[in-house]
This record gives sequence, C-alpha cells and structure tokens, in this order.
Amino acid sequence: MAEQMLAADGRPLKASLNRALRRQKMRALLLIAPLLLFIMLTFIVPIGQMLFRSVENQIVGDTIPRTVVALGDWDANTDPVPDDAVFSAFAKDLMIAVERKQHTRLGSRLNYETSGISSLFRKSGRRVDDIGEGYTDQFVAFDPAWEDPLTWATLFGDADWITAQAAWDGEGDEPAFVLSDDANEMLPRTADIYAAFAEVIQTENNDSPTEEQPWNVVYLALYEELRTYTGEPNYADLPGGEIIFAAEDAVRDFAPQSVRAAFADIDEDWEDTAVWQTIQTYSPAFTAGYFLNSVDLQKTPGGPAWQPENEQIYLTLFWRTMVMSLTITVSCILLGYPVAWMLANLPARKANLLMILVLLPFWTSLLVRTSAWKVLLQQQGVINDTLVWIGLVADDNRLALINNATGTIIAMTHILLPFMILPLYSVMKTIPPSYLRAAKSLGATNWTAFWRVYFPQSVPGIGAGSILVFILAIGYYITPEIVGGTKGVFISNRIAYHISTSLNWGLAAALGAILLAVVLLLYWAYDRIVGIDNVKLGG
Amino acid sequence: MKLTKALMTTSALTLAGTVVWAGGHMADEMTIVSWGGAYSASQQAAYHDPYMAANPGVTIINDESSSEGIAKMRAMNEAGNITWDLVDLEAADAIRACDEGLAIEVDHDADLAAAPDGTSASNDFGDMIVSDCFIPQIVFSTTFGYRTDMVPAGVAPPTGACDVFDLETYPGKRALNRNPIANMEWALLCDGVAYEDIYDLLETDAGQQQAFAKLDTIKDETIWWTAGAETPQLLADGEIFMGSTYNGRLFSLIAEQGQPVGMAWDWQMFDLDGWVIPAGLSDERLARVMDYVNFATDTQRLADQAKYISYGPARMSSAPLVSTHATLGIDMAPHMPTEPGNAENTFVNNYEWWADYRDDLDAKFQSWLAQ
Repeated sequence: MAEQMLAADGRPLKASLNRALRRQKMRALLLIAPLLLFIMLTFIVPIGQMLFRSVENQIVGDTIPRTVVALGDWDANTDPVPDDAVFSAFAKDLMIAVERKQHTRLGSRLNYETSGISSLFRKSGRRVDDIGEGYTDQFVAFDPAWEDPLTWATLFGDADWITAQAAWDGEGDEPAFVLSDDANEMLPRTADIYAAFAEVIQTENNDSPTEEQPWNVVYLALYEELRTYTGEPNYADLPGGEIIFAAEDAVRDFAPQSVRAAFADIDEDWEDTAVWQTIQTYSPAFTAGYFLNSVDLQKTPGGPAWQPENEQIYLTLFWRTMVMSLTITVSCILLGYPVAWMLANLPARKANLLMILVLLPFWTSLLVRTSAWKVLLQQQGVINDTLVWIGLVADDNRLALINNATGTIIAMTHILLPFMILPLYSVMKTIPPSYLRAAKSLGATNWTAFWRVYFPQSVPGIGAGSILVFILAIGYYITPEIVGGTKGVFISNRIAYHISTSLNWGLAAALGAILLAVVLLLYWAYDRIVGIDNVKLGG
Repeated sequence: MKLTKALMTTSALTLAGTVVWAGGHMADEMTIVSWGGAYSASQQAAYHDPYMAANPGVTIINDESSSEGIAKMRAMNEAGNITWDLVDLEAADAIRACDEGLAIEVDHDADLAAAPDGTSASNDFGDMIVSDCFIPQIVFSTTFGYRTDMVPAGVAPPTGACDVFDLETYPGKRALNRNPIANMEWALLCDGVAYEDIYDLLETDAGQQQAFAKLDTIKDETIWWTAGAETPQLLADGEIFMGSTYNGRLFSLIAEQGQPVGMAWDWQMFDLDGWVIPAGLSDERLARVMDYVNFATDTQRLADQAKYISYGPARMSSAPLVSTHATLGIDMAPHMPTEPGNAENTFVNNYEWWADYRDDLDAKFQSWLAQ
C-alpha cells in the first residue's frame, strides 16, 4: 500500500485539503446568508404559501369532519339526497361550527362552487340549535335529571377533572374538560359530541360544562346511540350510569324525529342533490378544483367538465394576455430600435439630452401617465380633435382609441418603452462604428451593411429588451384596468378581482401559478430557440 | 411554519403583557381606514377633529385603503398582526368580513348611542343594520347624471335609470359600472319586470338571459367604469350623454364645479356604508375604538357629516338635523338620495342575495362583456 501523503499537522493531505475547501465554502455561504435569508423570507416563502393555496382545501374537512366521513359512501346516482345519518352528522358539525363562528366561512368557500350555499349556511346556522330539541324534551320528560348539566358532566367527565372543576374557585384558568375513558368506550358517539360541547363552552363562551345544559344535538346523539343498543356494554359501570340504563329502555318509545326533515324545514335546498354533491366533491384536503376553474373547467363527481359556455372567461383572457403582450413587445421593438440607435450614435451632449427624455416617464407616476393617455385618446380628446380639425376623420365618426384593446396597447407600449430602449442602447454602444464603415468600404449598400453587420450584433439587446417588456406586460394590471375597457383587460385584472373583491384566493393563486408556468415555459422555449447566452443587458 | 409559530407566540405573549399592563386603559392611537378624497375629508371634519378635541392626547391616523379593505383585513388576520382599528366598508364587504370572521359582532343597542329622544340605536338605524358586524354610517346611491346641453331639442330631459336604455330618444354614449350589481336589476326592471319579482327572476337562467339581452341593446354605446371618478370625468369632457355613479360625485360635479349636468334620480340604487371593527384587537385598543364609534355614530355627528358631502345619514333621527353645506352654504337636503322627491322609486341593494350570487353572476357578466 502506498504511503499516504501527510500535511504538516500529520493529517492526510486529502482530508486536510477538503477541510480547507469546506471552510471556504462555508465562509462564502455565510457571506451571502443575509441576502439568502432575506430572499427566502420575503420572496420564496410568501410566494410558496400563496401558490399552496391553489390546491389547499382543508377547510371542509376541518369544519365538518363527521359529515365528510358520513358522506364517504353516499352515491348521488342511487340516492338523490343523503340519508338521516349524514344529516345527523351534519347537524353536529354545524352546531360546533356555529359556536366557533366558522360556518359562514365554509359557506363562502362552497359558494364559489355552487351559488346559494353561502346564505344556506348562514340561514341554517341561525336555526341549527333547534335540531334535536324533540329528543331533549322527551329525555327531560322521562327524567328531569337529564336537564341538569351535572348529570352529563358526571357521566362523561374524567374523575380527576370533576374533582379539579369542583375545586376551581372561578379565579385563574378553568380546568380544561377531560373525557372519561369509560364513557368514550361505551358511548363513543355521544362522548365525541359532548367533549366538543364541553370544549366549546369553555373556550368560546367562558362557561362551565357543569353549569350549561348540553346542546340539543348531544341529546340527539345519545338517542341514536341508545336506539341501537344491543345489551352490551353495561352502562351501570359508569359513574351515575343508572340513568342511562333507565333511559335505554325508554328511548324505544320516544317519537322519532327526522333530522333531514328538520333541515328541509329550515331551507328546502338541503334536499337539493347539487348542494351535497358540492360538499362531497370538495371534501378532500387538497383539490384540483381551483386549477380546473382557472381553465374554464369544473370539478364534477364524474370528473372534469367544461363550465357552461356563458361562464367561460379565463382561457380567453389568458390567450388575450399573451397576444396583446406580444403585440406590445413588437411595438416596443419597432419604436425603440431607432431611438436606441440615435442614442448610441449621437454626440454625447445630444445623446444625454435624449436620454433624459427617455427616462423622464420613469420619474412620473404611472397613474398620471395613464390618465394623461385618457385625455389624449378619448373621443373628445386631443388626438381625435386634431384629426377632425385636419379633416382626416369625420366629426360624427371619431376613432375609438380608448376603452378597448387599442388603448391598452398604446398606453402600455409607451409605459414599457424605456425597458426596451435601455438594454438596446447599452448593447449598441458596444458595437464599434468602424464595422459599418468597413462593410461599406468593401462595397456593401447602406441596407446590407446594417442588416448583415449591425443588426446581428444588436440582437442580444433585442432579446433582453423583449424578455423584460414581455414579462412585465403579461402581469400588468393597473393600465389595462384604466384604459382597457372590456376588450383590453388582462388575466391579472381577474386575479386582482379574486384577491380583493371575491376573496377567492385559491382561484387567484391558481391563475397566478398558471401565469408563472406560462412565463417559465416561454423562457425555456426562448432559451432553446435563441439561447439565453445571447441576451445582454450591457457591454 | 416553525417561525410563524414562534412569531405568533411572541405576539401572543406581548399581547397578553399589554392587556395586563393596560388594566382597562384605552389606547392613545387609532388607525382608521376609509376611502380617501372628499369622503375622508368629511369624516375628518365631522368625526375625527371633534373627537380629538374632546379627547386630547388621542391621535387618529388615516389610512385610505378601504377599496382593498377586506383583502387586507384577511391578510392581517392570517398573519395575526392587526394594525387597523376601524375600517370603513360598503355593506356588502362588511357582510363578507363578518362571514369570514374578520370583523367582530357588535351589540348595537349596548355599544352605540341612543337617539336624543331615547329611541334605541337598533330602532334608529332600523333596516340599515344588515349584518351583526356592521355599524351603518351613510346611505349613498348609485344614480344617473346626464349632460343638460346634450339633451336633444324638444325632448324632456331623462328622469331615471330606464332612460339609459332608450337610445332613440337619448342618443349618445353611456357609462355603466363594470360589474353586475345594479345593472342586472335595472335591465330587468326596464324590460317590464315587476320590482318584487326581480331577484327571483335573476336566480334563473332565463332571467339572466333576459337581463343580458336588455343590456345587449346598449352594449356598443356603453363605456364600463371601475372607479367612481370615471363617470364625472366622462361627463365633464362630454364623452358620454349619461352615466351611473355615486350621487356624491355628481353633487360635486354639479354644485362645486358647476358643470352642465343634471340628475336622473328615478330607480337609484341605495347602498350603505359603515364601520366594521377588525377581530383580534387588544382590550385597550378595542376600548378606544368602542368609545370612538359611540361618539362618531351618534345622531348629531352623522348629521354633521352631511355638511361636507351629499350622503344621507343612516340614522332616522339625524335627517331633520341635516343643514347647509359648510362652504357653499346651499341647503343640502334636496341633494340627499333619501330626500322624498328624489326617492320616489328606489332600489335597495339586496345584500343577502348578492352575497350568494355575486361570484356566479360576475363570471357571467365578465364573460358577456368579453364577447
């Protein structure tokens, strides 16, 4: 075996070198760490979080978990309306959600998919506390002890918690309710809803389960559980369990109350298949629904389907955004190229003056510039007035230059022009004038000299300017909003609507994600066709 | 996630600390969010200045973000860092904020001042309380203004919303709001549908088609606006013959700028604007806001605001106290949307209905516009 080379301190040279290298890398990393951290915190994390919303749908499962489970094997084709078990689970979920003030939030979420659910939830939330009242009355009529909060607390509370609660003097934090293991085993469904009741009473209402009568849905749960009692387990084992033992016989004679009928009484829409299908379709914690919606599809039980034709809008807007951004980019090249050429070839003093004129728009507010276009372009505006005065246009047939696609293209070309001129200028500045002279001295015409010698060298500037202008244009929002009318608005205007008016952030995030993907795709295509190395922002 | 948790714990601790330390004191600083422009100025003069005069040491900071109000409230709520104390919102947004749990519910009788004659606040505001979170302030309306010098000779000037659809009598461009609210109702109403059937009909496909068909008749002649200032500008420049906007904007165009513009009040759409209190304020900040709201929404203060802007006070007891404009000296009552002469036929925005159908109809409306 060859002897290892050793460093001065006796370690193997290879390891020593590696260590030094690693230390260098660490130091470099530490140097950029503040910037990296800053970018992570202010850019990557928020964008990631926002994009995550486009698939996130936990609100349904979190707010009405029992209903989601009960709806699991419901099939709308065999049974247009779910059975009483689903309604019963929903009554309990809704009761808890109402107390936690979460039901209207879920209603708004589901209303994005089916109109009318928002008010259905709001309306039902006001009356859900009556559901199950029939059973409460019958339990209490059978034995008034059922009215006593302590009866319930004794049955379902853990012995230690009961002691702690009894000792609590009202000062400091109330001991949090603990469910007794025995009750949880013997009466799992009632225990589940009673525990939820106790928790809500303590956290939302700052009351004690020992002093508040349970909700009607708790009685409903107890009835359902006793109704299917098979002789096991022995309730007498529970503390104070005799009362259940007695009730177990009595419930057979109770008059049954239909939960479904109770909901139908609140609003007949609860017997509408579409409402339950929406809830079922949007039960999972993650959904592709927002992405489907953003390309004019909708999520149905039978898979994706087109939206009704009169609601399709997003594909049109995506397409329009692309086409108009491209038009704006091309207009910027056509207008910007000669200006950049002049800037690069004029004597320094004149070039500087011209440069200031190019930069001046940068220093004025975007809104001011856009509003100025309004004054210029409108039918009673400066341009139309001039054209009428010259006689090019008839007074009763003035040009429509604003509140349409033309307006957006004109105003945005003007606003984005500097982003084209500056990279073009900095590239042209580096093209030696001697090349053109050499071409001409070898017999080229002006056009050939420009087209074969000068233009190819300025292509990297066009590439950089085009990427800048196109990507800026694709996400533009305020200018199309002001001058675009109805035919000149972009997809960003819809994103803004969903962010600030409809609060449908999931859909906004999905639209934004698609826009980002399209830009990345175009960037990739540009790299394949032109090559990104060919882009220059300067010499 | 860990970081968020850490941040939240810290802020929760700080919050707990402040509460204990404050011990029932009120905060000295309040950030009040409103719409900016003439509207904020009227609130400054009628509410903020008198309140600060009565409570030396209190500073009110104005934020003009109401147009993005609910979106920002939600962002703050999710971040757990509420920087606003009181937000001025339209009723529809207030309902949304309430549904989303972004605003707190108020007990109108306990938290707000009774009328001078002892009528409870909830009775004084009456139907204006459209949500438990909403503290009404003003009634405004979306109504029509027209160029008096562009009315064809020998024709009576337009009187209301239905004249917008009459291109034969009143040729020229129109301006309408670029969203379905009010436009859909006007379309059906002017197509001969009875007032009480409108919303039932609008729920159906046939009703929506009927409304779009009516709007189709003027689609090519219409400029669709998104900001309330657009119609006044279009009217002033003679771009349009008539257009809808908020009545206060038309008032300033006519009374303050003296433009040749008239009002067509018939079938104006009433709408409400008021305060909501963001959820999650500390006890001391909440105490200050409650104190302010109690002051700023009493009968006199609401009547005072009408000195500066032509929006009707939301309290019934304020109406008789409405006086003259602060600088122009003209009688404000005839310019109020609630003035009986102006309010012969009116629409009241059906908030509950629009909360359900807005997203659906908006998609259809935008799709219709794009065709």
